[in-house]
Amino acid sequence: MMKNNNIPDISPERFKFIGTDAKLHDQKFETKQVGYFRDAFRRFCKNKSSVVAAIIIIMLVLYSIFVPLLCETNYSLALTDTTYLSYTKLQPKNNLFVKLGIPFWDGGYTTVLGPANYNYARAIGEETGHKNILRDYGKTVDEKGKEAYKVRLDSYVNNGFTYMTLTEKQYQDLQAWQNETGIQVIYPATNDAKATDANIWYVANKKGAAKLDADGNFVDDYKTKGNDGAYSSLRIEGDPGLDNPEAENRYRYAAVTGDSSSVSYKCRIFKYTYFQYRYGFEPGFFFGTNAMGQDILTRLGAAGRFSLTFSICISLVNLFIGAVYGAIEGYYGGSVDMVMERITEVLARVPFIVTATLFQLHLAKRVGVVPSLLFAFVLTGWIGMAATVRMQFYRFKGQEYILAARTLGASDARLMFKHIFPNALGTIVTSAVLIIPGVIFTESTLTYLGIVNLDSSTMTSIGSMLANGREYLSSFPHIIFFPALFISLLEISFNLFGNGLRDAFNPALRGSDE
Amino acid sequence: MNTAKYVAKRVVFMLLTFFIIISVCFILIRLLPNETPTMFGKDMELVLQSRYRQGLVDKQGNPIPLMAQYGKFIRNTLIGGNWGISEKLYRGQDCFEVFLKKLPNTVLVNLYASCLAVPLGLSLGIYAALKKNKWQDHAISTGIMVGISVPSYVYAFMIQYFLCFKLKLFPLVMEAGNDYFSGVMFRSMVPAVLAMSLGSIAYYARYTRAELTEVLTSEYLLLARTKGLTRAQTTVRHALRNAMVPIFPSIISEVILVMQGSIIIENIFVVPGVGNLMINSITALDYNFFLLLSAFYTLIGLTAGIVVDISYGIIDPRIRMGSKK
Repeated sequence: MMKNNNIPDISPERFKFIGTDAKLHDQKFETKQVGYFRDAFRRFCKNKSSVVAAIIIIMLVLYSIFVPLLCETNYSLALTDTTYLSYTKLQPKNNLFVKLGIPFWDGGYTTVLGPANYNYARAIGEETGHKNILRDYGKTVDEKGKEAYKVRLDSYVNNGFTYMTLTEKQYQDLQAWQNETGIQVIYPATNDAKATDANIWYVANKKGAAKLDADGNFVDDYKTKGNDGAYSSLRIEGDPGLDNPEAENRYRYAAVTGDSSSVSYKCRIFKYTYFQYRYGFEPGFFFGTNAMGQDILTRLGAAGRFSLTFSICISLVNLFIGAVYGAIEGYYGGSVDMVMERITEVLARVPFIVTATLFQLHLAKRVGVVPSLLFAFVLTGWIGMAATVRMQFYRFKGQEYILAARTLGASDARLMFKHIFPNALGTIVTSAVLIIPGVIFTESTLTYLGIVNLDSSTMTSIGSMLANGREYLSSFPHIIFFPALFISLLEISFNLFGNGLRDAFNPALRGSDE
Repeated sequence: MNTAKYVAKRVVFMLLTFFIIISVCFILIRLLPNETPTMFGKDMELVLQSRYRQGLVDKQGNPIPLMAQYGKFIRNTLIGGNWGISEKLYRGQDCFEVFLKKLPNTVLVNLYASCLAVPLGLSLGIYAALKKNKWQDHAISTGIMVGISVPSYVYAFMIQYFLCFKLKLFPLVMEAGNDYFSGVMFRSMVPAVLAMSLGSIAYYARYTRAELTEVLTSEYLLLARTKGLTRAQTTVRHALRNAMVPIFPSIISEVILVMQGSIIIENIFVVPGVGNLMINSITALDYNFFLLLSAFYTLIGLTAGIVVDISYGIIDPRIRMGSKK
């Protein structure tokens, strides 16, 4: 075998340099650079439950922003309208379910009625032609063993009639609207002179139970005498005035009182169609109405908007104060830390309910309810944030790169906020997000208990909505259901989202307390 | 010896904190416009005398300067224990006596809730940790997440609606009266107890699961298994005992926190306890009650904090409380 090194002399000309004309470089990475936040975002997206939570949060935020804007109706805008009291506690109604005829979310409620009440409900439907009894489950017996009927009533129709006193102009306008649209609002007056119950248009006994004829039909009891101010509009079926408006025994549609200078007409108004006249659309509330007649859908939007804005504001303020306080504590350490820690220890031990109450009592009249609540939250809220930041500063301040920066002459403030703070940012963002559900919970508790009162015609909070619905928990659970659902979803998704953020920013802590 | 010194130091600091907080509360309350005794009609003399004994007014019934009031407050109230009479809620009755009458209700409801929550929470947490990443664990973990996040009043409404109203298992609100251990009373307490314990169950289960899973993956447990111990033996003797170190203090603090209770749950189920008294005193602006209850809640919080810290050292002697680096 020939040895390679045993080569007889090769002339130097046969050697040549390579690459003398080209400069050598490190090859560029073909991958994209992944920054800290991008990396965290990628990790966050892998956590499915957190992504779902983030989507739910976005949906709730969109609800709070857009529902009060887009779902505003003439009704929800008429904030001081007295007719609100006529449309209280209506059930949630979704037109899809109404069309499908499913006995759920169709504005109805299932109940068991005695014979008198059953006829009472039936009569409303019979007179107006609207379907009041959505579903008749037939005869049953009630708790006491008496005969009863299980029915599903339409809360909007069952809302029934009311007596309303109109002026001459209102009376004429209403008639004109009736003629134009062909929708009956004014129904004939009855012979019941005392006008006890506007829903009773039939012959009834003293208790209001209908006296039916032999075939089981209602016997009408309409007024056929007297003045009704020359009513010249729609007449109901069976009215002799239909054929001849001048007929002597025609039904009278109003009771006229007052003299010629201020004449007023007392009419039996069907609330359902009156709503159409007044607000321009058929009554139908997606989430129903509360005990004050307010639309829960838009109310809840307003409440959510308040809760979210308020808690985000507090989170930001706490972030700022806590970051500065914690940074100073952690950076300087020693006796500065000692003194500042003692201050936070005292502050942290004040029960929050005491702080909130004292702030309300002292400041609510001077600066308003919301700012004083905000001060109460800020007074002790930043402590947790300060502790987080302090820990992070203790972790980073001894590291070599800080020493290097200090050697190069960086000032304390620069070291704190340029060199250490960005390293702690992930943890800080996470705790800032986790402040939000806590604030929403505490705020709703305080408003629920009535320590802080935020309820007015334009503004509300979830706690106030819950407190208002509390009385009707057994009979009208929908009033309390939607706010409770909203806040539960908000709390769950914010907690999941916060946990996802923590795992994303700090993979070492993953799953430490799920 | 070191522990005794540490405890003494903590207690002194606690008393100081308590003193500062209650002083600020007192001064802030006294700065509020207070109803003059003449507005109490026939009870005027009573209110006036009580205020004089507390040291808020002079013999003629004129308010004395704030700092003098504060001095009297330290002497008469903080040291002498005279918290004055209720001026609005229970007119004429001694605040402290009314408070003592209300306390058993709160303690009892919370005691039942803790007795339910601690064992149930711990066992759920242990079970989830042992079945880690199986469906049982996922189910329990989801339950924990929901249990921790959903506000306690939402459970309360659900319990009230479904258990009390629909199924008629329990009365809607708690019975009043002093018959604490009768069956009727207990039955009426159940909804409040359930509502209060659900959140704690989730809390204990989460804590236990987190600690136990960490211990179960540690190396000394593997060693214990290699020595020939059974899985049950390693879990109970080695893993559980170490996992309990951080959990136990919060169980101990539960003993003190039973007195605090939850204001909102007491309000929903009309528990005639301290929490309801607090709310009523705030809405009625009964300042004597408010001051007493503020002091009470502050003291409870402070004591619970100390107990947690001290019990760390007792449970795990490796932890030296208050030691320097």
